[in-house]
Amino acid sequence: MNWIVQNLWLIPGLPLLAAGLSALLKQRERTAAATLAIGSMGLAFVLSCVAFAHTLGGHGEETRHVFNFDWFQLGATSLKLGWVLDPLTAAMLVMVTFVGTLIFIYSVGYMAHDENFTRFFCFLSLFAAAMLGLVIANNLLLLFMSWELVGLASYLLIGFWYHKPSAAAAAKKAFITTRIGDVGFFLGIVWLYSETGTLLFYDNGHGCLEASALTKLVSMTVGGGVVVATAISLLIFCGAVGKSGQVPLHVWLPDAMEGPTPVSALIHAATMVAAGVFLLARVYPLLDVDPLNIAGRSTALSVVTWVGAVTALFAALIAVAQNDIKRILAYSTVSQLGFMMVGIGTGGVAVGMLHLITHAFFKALLFLGAGSVIHGCHEEQDIRKMGGLRAHMPKTFATYAIGMMALSGFPFVFSGFWSKDEILHEALHWDESHWPFYMVALGAVLTAFYMSRQMCYVFFGKYRGTAHAAAAHDAHQPVKHEAKPAKGKKGPQAKGNHAPAKASSRTPHESPDVMTIPLVLLAAFTILLVLVATPVWPWFHGYLSGHAAEVRVSELFAWDKLSVIGLSIILVSVGVAAACWLYWLKPVTRADSVDALEQLRPDVIGFLKQQCRVDEFYEATVVRFNAWAAVASDFLDRWIWGGAVKAASLAVLGVAWASRFFDEFGINLGFQKGCDGFAGAGGLLARLQSGRIHDYLRVIGLALTVLVLALVWGCRS
Amino acid sequence: MAASLYLTLLVAIPLFGGFIILGIEEARQALARKLALVFTALAGFVALAAWAAFNPASGELQFVVKLPWIPALGVDYFVGLDGLGLAMVLLTALLVPMALLTAPRNAPPLQLALMLLLQAGLFGTFTALNFFHWFLFWELSLIPAFFLIKLWGGPERGAAATQFFVYTMVGSVALLLSFLAIFLATGVLDFIKLADLAQKGELAADLAAKLGWPQLSAGTVSMIIFGGVLLGFAVKVPLFPFHTWLPATYAEAPTSTTMLLTGAMSKMGVYGFLRILAPIFPEQMRQAQTPLLWLAVGTIVLSAAAAFAQRDLKRILAYSSINHLGYCLLGVFAAAGAGAGAVGVNNVERAAALSGVIVQMFNHGVTAAVLFCFVSFIENRADGLRGRDDFGGLRKVAPVFCGLMGIALFASIGLPGLSGFVGEFLIFKGAFSLAPWAAAGSTLGLLVTAVFLLTLMQRVFQGPLNPRWAGFADLTFRERLLVLPAIVLIFVLGIYPQALIGLTNATVIRMAREFAL
Repeated sequence: MNWIVQNLWLIPGLPLLAAGLSALLKQRERTAAATLAIGSMGLAFVLSCVAFAHTLGGHGEETRHVFNFDWFQLGATSLKLGWVLDPLTAAMLVMVTFVGTLIFIYSVGYMAHDENFTRFFCFLSLFAAAMLGLVIANNLLLLFMSWELVGLASYLLIGFWYHKPSAAAAAKKAFITTRIGDVGFFLGIVWLYSETGTLLFYDNGHGCLEASALTKLVSMTVGGGVVVATAISLLIFCGAVGKSGQVPLHVWLPDAMEGPTPVSALIHAATMVAAGVFLLARVYPLLDVDPLNIAGRSTALSVVTWVGAVTALFAALIAVAQNDIKRILAYSTVSQLGFMMVGIGTGGVAVGMLHLITHAFFKALLFLGAGSVIHGCHEEQDIRKMGGLRAHMPKTFATYAIGMMALSGFPFVFSGFWSKDEILHEALHWDESHWPFYMVALGAVLTAFYMSRQMCYVFFGKYRGTAHAAAAHDAHQPVKHEAKPAKGKKGPQAKGNHAPAKASSRTPHESPDVMTIPLVLLAAFTILLVLVATPVWPWFHGYLSGHAAEVRVSELFAWDKLSVIGLSIILVSVGVAAACWLYWLKPVTRADSVDALEQLRPDVIGFLKQQCRVDEFYEATVVRFNAWAAVASDFLDRWIWGGAVKAASLAVLGVAWASRFFDEFGINLGFQKGCDGFAGAGGLLARLQSGRIHDYLRVIGLALTVLVLALVWGCRS
Repeated sequence: MAASLYLTLLVAIPLFGGFIILGIEEARQALARKLALVFTALAGFVALAAWAAFNPASGELQFVVKLPWIPALGVDYFVGLDGLGLAMVLLTALLVPMALLTAPRNAPPLQLALMLLLQAGLFGTFTALNFFHWFLFWELSLIPAFFLIKLWGGPERGAAATQFFVYTMVGSVALLLSFLAIFLATGVLDFIKLADLAQKGELAADLAAKLGWPQLSAGTVSMIIFGGVLLGFAVKVPLFPFHTWLPATYAEAPTSTTMLLTGAMSKMGVYGFLRILAPIFPEQMRQAQTPLLWLAVGTIVLSAAAAFAQRDLKRILAYSSINHLGYCLLGVFAAAGAGAGAVGVNNVERAAALSGVIVQMFNHGVTAAVLFCFVSFIENRADGLRGRDDFGGLRKVAPVFCGLMGIALFASIGLPGLSGFVGEFLIFKGAFSLAPWAAAGSTLGLLVTAVFLLTLMQRVFQGPLNPRWAGFADLTFRERLLVLPAIVLIFVLGIYPQALIGLTNATVIRMAREFAL
């Protein structure tokens, strides 16, 4: 077996080691922590490239290599874990380690003034380890374990500025919301394990994604005509809904923006949230089985498609009305994840995964760009208080524009165009319903619209942030610099470093090279990925399915492709044109002026601005029910079950008192009387026994007289 | 040291030590403390020696000693250890020193002596195999616990101690009466022999024939006897709705005692289910499976919900304990109550559930004990305050404290990679195919556990620092050493559960086979 296959565990292992070591570092050992994290991630990237090279040029099943081992004994059998190296894994590995390394480097700049710099890199490494573990897992349980650890890292990083109550609440919300989905996922796992006896994906024909297990799963029903495979698939999909922020469990992702921006870029845009899509791609053979046995069509895939389409449209609508630069991107991420789901549901693994990979690059780019903007505007996140940054931050502007165009789907040279185009194409040809296509098409228009709106607000027009506003903002939101006094030697010093910079200029400034170079690299890859993503040379599809791709220029001009390409271009143009009409022709001049769209329909936009009040709805239902259940259980304990016990003990006490009363005043008293009676009688009798002969003789005489009289009386009668 | 002496020494050392320390005068606390640690360490060494000499490939009883004690009553001195017993013995041997070290430095000798006696009771319970002998230790463990609560507990200690004692005593009396009935009918007090009789179906027949209740059917008589034994264990674990003594007791007991109550004593109940109830009453376990499963689901879900309503850290953790032991009961009822199943398929699931139960017992013992240990550190720093909402932002001033306690809390939530996950996964894996609806219902508990433990972390560790606790000290070196073994175990058993499962697997296979008969 190849070296890289046997040692694939090193890819998550190295970041894990880095996390473990930097957990032991002291707060001031900042360089060591950053070096460990970036070094291990860089090495993991190199190893990933080796693994990637190993998967090139294979055909069909040959491209898959597994390594399984016993984890522990389980009765007469054992539970096996393992890892798998196939194109799906390798593509994700390269993407995660590459984007990860860039974001780690960026973080050195972004977090430079943070007191808990060391801890930040520890958590980032932990995240990377878990994410990479998730990617290489050849076992649904190992995948789930990594999945939960990714959730832990996300929890720790969202709540990184734990002293902010909003961050602490967002972290908790993220963990619990995703756990709701994970409970379903967990049940799916135990069910799958019970039915197939294994959780290994691939195991020389004995794995749960291989033919024999799938045949078994599709031959059993759970009632209502639903086959077990579908039920298990849907349970597993619950996990993906939670992690990938699909409706109705999307509520945590916008709040997760409380975390530092590199975290949003890495975890809540590029990698972790895409894990749900990756999971579906991984278990696709299971999703795809159906009694009807048509490839690419099954009940489970239909559900995936519908959920994805609803999410894609719903989140894009909300994104239109947001004013927080990160929140817009967050809803955009939710929406794009919906696109990926539609891709998986209608077009299969390659369609969804291509959008996942391209999205990872340009969304990481956008978030890092947003971080740079926020950094440059002194921790300002409201796009109404930005404007005209084009002049102040040219590098950020240029790279952000590339990301924005890729996300909106500007034609031809941006990878996002092709991956989205393909989803539209597959959705259009989906034979169950056309509605998902309409939904994602509208979603695509809205995407172009809200991104153009954002560009107009942030980079064009005049700078609307004022020194006064910025100062006031700093005062009430001491994100990283204040609120961290005394503890640790670095704290005051760091604050001291930054203070002059703040005082000297209130105008926006470009970020340092350590932050802009990752932006440039990501922008470059956003464009370069086009090479493998077009229908002319569908290398990526061929790679994932283990076939060599051929160059077929004619493919581009086939009517069904060309029509969708044309449609895509129209969709983007409509979105961009609408945004330009509203925001470019009449530039926003004041930070507090009402949004152009909101002037048109204040009611609708107001509702969207409040994120469709989903949070409030959950607050009024789920959260309230939970609180009510808690109070009810507590009440039951204290008063019903506990009360029964107390009543029983009172009853026992009552009986005891009654018995005591009876003893003392009933039995005892009676006994006393009886005794007194006996004593009296005894005394009486004792008096008879006087010992005086005269008395005795008198009694005998008396008795004799009585006897004689009685006898005489008796004889006479 | 002959291997057959291990189990006798295991009980004798802490018992002897306890009586020695009872004789130490009040003022010489340091001496008493040292002696107590020496004795418990000695017992720990014996436990380790037993571990070393234990043959994990065999599921049968090992180190068996069987000597006639009161032959006329069928009472033997009968001890032995299998994988289940060994896991419990090792857990006890780990927790008692931890609890002794958590007890205040100026703890009077009597307190330490009682803790040693409690240890003797625990060791005895986990090794004895004759009812008479076993019941002696079962009750012996209760008495020191009662005095520990009554003498050094919180403000409501009197009521709590009485409730604890009377409630468990009621359970014990039911247990005793049931076994007296069994003895009258069969003349046997030996668990192994009784299990044999039950497997052959003779036990029920004997009970019906010799107890002289002609108006009751054989099934009913057995069911009544079963109910008595069940009550004894259900109170101890506890099983909903017999759990109301627990929150008050855990909250009022001195925290070092709570560590033992939750870490080791609660395991006596589950142990009783596995060792005594399920093997001796297999038929009744099957008949009563459905209600028992729903009681287990109730235990899991309602205790988790009730935990969310608590404000006292100790009460939160107490309910969390009930919740975690609920999973054990779910596993036991699913495994013991299921039929033989087609081609022994159920045996695989049963083995998974039973493995999970034992792993969960051990891991919960460690996790819960160390969590209460952390609470005692909080109490020491905050003059006894331990309300969930009394703190806030502690992570700022005590990062190591919050980090390590956070690890223990996440282990309690069942995060993979930490010890709590393995047991829960195995229990659910086994229970899901043996009792799907109960298992599915219980997953709600997994969710609510996360809600209340994360809320705890949010209120205590996160948010702005409550200025009152600006001087809250981080863990001292001594405290770090104290929790270190538990934290290490949480990681080791999370990543390499084979370390524990390897010891118990053969036993689990045997038990799964017996439950299937």
